[in-house]
Amino acid sequence: MSAADRRAETRTAADAAPLPMVDAVAVSKSFGANEVLKSITLRVRRGEVMCVIGPSGSGKSTFLRCINHLESIDAGRLYVDGELVGYRQKGGKLYELKPSEAALQRRDIGMVFQHFNLFPHMTALENVTEAPIRVKGVPRHEAVARGRELLARVGLGSHSGHYPSQLSGGQQQRVAIARALAMDPKLMLFDEPTSALDPELVGDVLDVMRGLAESGMTMVVVTHEMGFAREVGDSLVFMDGGVIVESGDPRQVLADPQQERTRAFLSKVL
Amino acid sequence: MSDSHRRDGTDGGGSAVASGLPSPSSLPDGRPEAIKAVKLRHPWRIAVAVVLVVLLVLFVLDAAQRKAFGWADVGKYLFDVRISQAALVTLELTVYSMVIGVVLGLVLAIMRLSPNPVLKAVSWLYLWIFRGTPVYVQLVFWGLITLIYNTIVIGIPFVHTWAVIPITWVPPLFFISVVGLSLNEAAYMAEIVRAGLLSVDPGQEEAAKALGMSWWQTMRRVVIPQSMRVIIPPTGNEVISMLKTTTLVAAVPFTLDLFGRARDISAETFTPIPLLIVASLWYLFFTSVLMVGQYFLERRFARGTDRGRPVVGIGVDVEPSVAAGGVGGVR
Repeated sequence: MSAADRRAETRTAADAAPLPMVDAVAVSKSFGANEVLKSITLRVRRGEVMCVIGPSGSGKSTFLRCINHLESIDAGRLYVDGELVGYRQKGGKLYELKPSEAALQRRDIGMVFQHFNLFPHMTALENVTEAPIRVKGVPRHEAVARGRELLARVGLGSHSGHYPSQLSGGQQQRVAIARALAMDPKLMLFDEPTSALDPELVGDVLDVMRGLAESGMTMVVVTHEMGFAREVGDSLVFMDGGVIVESGDPRQVLADPQQERTRAFLSKVL
Repeated sequence: MSDSHRRDGTDGGGSAVASGLPSPSSLPDGRPEAIKAVKLRHPWRIAVAVVLVVLLVLFVLDAAQRKAFGWADVGKYLFDVRISQAALVTLELTVYSMVIGVVLGLVLAIMRLSPNPVLKAVSWLYLWIFRGTPVYVQLVFWGLITLIYNTIVIGIPFVHTWAVIPITWVPPLFFISVVGLSLNEAAYMAEIVRAGLLSVDPGQEEAAKALGMSWWQTMRRVVIPQSMRVIIPPTGNEVISMLKTTTLVAAVPFTLDLFGRARDISAETFTPIPLLIVASLWYLFFTSVLMVGQYFLERRFARGTDRGRPVVGIGVDVEPSVAAGGVGGVR
């Protein structure tokens, strides 16, 4: 069964438009009694850069983590590239995926974390080549060549032998981006990638992300960088209290928010 | 702002006089003079130390002339070949038990932290039994194992028996001692390893997961290497502890170890005290060597994850920004 068939089985085949990269339908998630996501519905087209903004605790990071199944959702459906995330649907029933199957889904989705989470006992190059070699079985010399190429792409070609602790925050985050790209993902998730950085280091990371967006990568970026959202984003989503308050063209939303809550938030951060 | 403050302080007659507080005298180049104060004295420390040294000297002088210590016998047996061979047996017991204990402990700790509830339960049960009973009692049990299990029964349990095979193999006491010591040690090592694994930032596991690595790959490649820094120093402690715990193999009863041998000799010669001293000196020698090793081990692992390992490529392709921003590894 093709991915499109699978999708058609559960959803009316009304849209003939190309398959969206991320398709969230009424996604809900609770931690105990705390409802973090309340019926989130959104779509990310292929090649789209979607920025998600909102106050802390609004559920934006949780939503991002649901997309690659680091968190499981309680209700709704979440598709990435037409594939149901974390479950298999068969005869109207959902079956939990095996860990190995979930891992298989994840390796096509790159994730960049707020605190980089580089492996401190490996050099920059080893960080980048680890997953291709171990997970995809890429021959070492190929992985190393590609790793060097990716490090050069994020401007760290001469730092391949450095350990994370010998790199600045901005450099570490760029290695983390290279590490995610080494798996040739079809979708990149960024969880506040510049929030833990010194202000003067933010620019380098944003430049790399801008270059990635220009190369056509589909990206979902949780961020507080309104400038980045305005210049690079194709769409902007403002979340608060687990719901999408407002979404649309970033230039429009940032310049002329329609909702009172959005206006209040933007007046504080802009 | 801070600049103007500094100027006030140094060329400072004016402002100091104005505040009425004494100002530091300046060196010719304008920097303030270094503080030369009378050091705080600790007369009681010296007094107590003198008393203790006197007491120690008195104790040594007294011990040297006490007949019961049998110093002549101490000298005679210290390098007796039976004793030095027994010391070797003690070392063997320690090494074998520790190696098995560490490996089994690692397995138990990983089982305990695995997402599999069956493995978790097995590990928990093991720890509950082996940490919950005294090692001495365990050793007595292992010594009696051939009395408890002396046949292999083939059949359906409690229903039908096809064959009964008697176990004729009697395990050597050394073997039983190692089994007893290592199974007990594994329970303690499991807790040490578990603490080490838990000390690794959960973000590491998450990052590995997000890259599509399996749970076992994540453990082996990411979590375990980083946990070694926390696991190795207390493991050194366990080695020292194990060396002394080997004396308990008398419960098996295995008597060819250092303490057992010393007891056996003294049973013949009726000189228990000199032989206790001989055994103690040997144990003290071994633990001293281990403590030196432990010191270097801890120094090695107390350093940051980065500083502990050789730096690759530094000096070849280092950039000024890295040298300035980097940490100890660059130095």
